[in-house]
Amino acid sequence: MSLFRIALRNLWFRKLPSFLTMLSMALGVALVVLVLTISGMIERTFKQSDNVGYNLIIGSKGSSIQLTFNTVMFLSEPVENIPYWYYMEFIPGADGRAKEYQRVGGKLGEPDRKGKYASLTSDGFAIPMCMGDYVGPFRCIGTTPQYFELLRYGEKDSAYEFSEGRNFVDYSDENGYYEAVIGSQVASVMKLKVGDQIYASHGKEGGEEHDDGFRIVGILKPTGTPNDRGAFVNMEGFYLLQGHIAPDRDPITGIEVKGSAVAPERDSKLSRVRLPIEKREVTAVLVKGSGMSAIGLEDQVKKSSFATAVSPVREITGLLEQFVTPVTLGLFILTSLVCVVSAIGIMVSIYNSMSERKRDIAVMRALGASRDHVLQIILIESTMIAVGGGLVGWLCGHLAGPMSNIWTEKTTGTTIGFFTSASSQELWLVPGMVLIGILAGVVPAISAYRTSVVKSL
Amino acid sequence: MLEIKDLKKSFREPSGSLISILDVPTFSMKAGEQVVLRGESGCGKTTLLHTISGLLDCDAGSIKLDGIELTKYSEAARDRIRADKLGYVFQTFNLLPAFTALENVKLGMTFARKAIRSERAAELLKSVGLADRMHYLPSQLSVGQQQRVAVARALANQPRLLLADEPTANVDPANQSKIIELIQEVCTQESVAILLVTHSDEVASRFSRIDRFEDLNRATEHTQTSVDE
Ligand SMILES: Nc1ncnc2c1ncn2[C@@H]1O[C@H](COP(=O)(O)OP(=O)(O)OP(=O)(O)O)[C@@H](O)[C@H]1O
Ligand SMILES: [Mg+2]
Repeated sequence: MSLFRIALRNLWFRKLPSFLTMLSMALGVALVVLVLTISGMIERTFKQSDNVGYNLIIGSKGSSIQLTFNTVMFLSEPVENIPYWYYMEFIPGADGRAKEYQRVGGKLGEPDRKGKYASLTSDGFAIPMCMGDYVGPFRCIGTTPQYFELLRYGEKDSAYEFSEGRNFVDYSDENGYYEAVIGSQVASVMKLKVGDQIYASHGKEGGEEHDDGFRIVGILKPTGTPNDRGAFVNMEGFYLLQGHIAPDRDPITGIEVKGSAVAPERDSKLSRVRLPIEKREVTAVLVKGSGMSAIGLEDQVKKSSFATAVSPVREITGLLEQFVTPVTLGLFILTSLVCVVSAIGIMVSIYNSMSERKRDIAVMRALGASRDHVLQIILIESTMIAVGGGLVGWLCGHLAGPMSNIWTEKTTGTTIGFFTSASSQELWLVPGMVLIGILAGVVPAISAYRTSVVKSL
Repeated sequence: MLEIKDLKKSFREPSGSLISILDVPTFSMKAGEQVVLRGESGCGKTTLLHTISGLLDCDAGSIKLDGIELTKYSEAARDRIRADKLGYVFQTFNLLPAFTALENVKLGMTFARKAIRSERAAELLKSVGLADRMHYLPSQLSVGQQQRVAVARALANQPRLLLADEPTANVDPANQSKIIELIQEVCTQESVAILLVTHSDEVASRFSRIDRFEDLNRATEHTQTSVDE
């Protein structure tokens, strides 16, 4: 009989204690794998947002973290709005602002003036976003077709593509201003297809729905970004919905003029009448400037009294370093301790069995087994417990990841495959833990090695 | 085959002073010889068997087994020699509880230089009358059956000498003679020498050579402490 079989027999003979120690090892490893998976997932969610395709978010003064979360990840509560004319200051090109004035129409001083920040965005863009409404459980975003034309995402700077249909347009003869594009998850969760109507509702699920529906003209290919969870509607149509019209304000006191928040006269849904500039607001402006200009732009905007500018990348990495990394590190240390505890469990369990096995060891020695044989048998036992428990724990930890997708996919738009969660840390951590488990066998093995045969017979 | 000269072994008493247990000027056995060793309790019989088996270091003297001078070898080397040349049967709890009868016999082959042969293990169990109990665990065997498995295991490696330390002390008289007969028979077949310790007149009477331990051993200080068994 090989030493391996002898060890296996010994473990089998003490089924319950062997099983329990293996279980504690498995739980420890599964916990570590899970923590690594979760922290990896959080990190990936943040990293995806690393390359959002723009340098700055312009939004109302307030929490920059909230502005980032809201704009980049569609998480957190919606933030306050800024006036539309402020957005127009960012439109690139010497005549950008003037052209927008002509397109939208409305009362505005100095209609031919060049945008205040136009020079700093000259080879970039400024895309407006209006938020605060929902389509089912998903965020509804009012924006311009530029959102999918100019933004790029991911490591490879990919352009947005459609699995079905096309991008929405400013005005179409069949749908007027009421066209929409939805993310892949919105389509699959809400079972929507091209041609369906979607209705924006005020506030989260169950809120009051607006009467005018948007016709879905395109479904995005899955991107792995938060955009998979977005329902994008034409901003022009969005503005015409009840409750999206900003009231006139007294130019000096800023007090609302009662009854001024009324939609313009439109004879049909296909009417070309737009909401005038002074009644418009945006939640955020996505700005891409040329290289160094982003920094200057950020400073200038911050000095103004209307809005603030945040760098999403800096905000996200800052958050990651300040908050996420320490928390996952803490969790990680905690679970490592769990593993050390289970390793000690292996040690105690085998060590305790040593006293009742003194006689067995002595008999084996009388049969001609050397001290080394006895040492090896005990070490093989602890190795089998550690490796077996480690393997089971590793499998369970990884299976838990894909199983939790149902939940995480909805909230963060990221999914975990069986191996996608395998982080590089795992490559040394899991074997390291198993090694600790094996080493835990050393103490009882040495005690077995030292067992006095003559005294135990 | 076995030759002992001037063997000395003493133990340290709890009080700290040395107490001489063994002082054997000469003791020898021929190949295949069957010897019974008798003596009062506590006089050092078990200690002698332990030194012969190499499990216990002696203080001085020489033990020659099959031409090999045991006292010259390291512990690890003695382990090897024990596996190859000796069989050992104790009074009780000979078997490893996690292994079946057959596996216990095979375990006897594991540490020797010979290959493990399941057929021989099964054959040995058959010869001790346990053909139908091969796959029983020790807990499922009677004490007498366990002792018979122990005998089979002791002979697994075709040893030169079988050391048996009161192998039938825990067995009823009827079974006792059966087991002793069996040991003698199998050892004769395999031409294995026997050194058997016993307190039983009945067992001793079955052997032609009966050695009194007091005659071999000059160390006598301790005999006062002995109690009836
Ligand atoms: N490790 C030890 N330390 C001190 N004294 C010991 C030790 N081992 C045995 N002895 C002593 O050696 C003596 C002989 O012991 P041993 O077991 O050899 O006797 P025995 O002849 O086999 O007796 P029994 O017939 O009762 O089995 C005893 O008096 C015992 O107290
Ligand atoms: Mg004894």
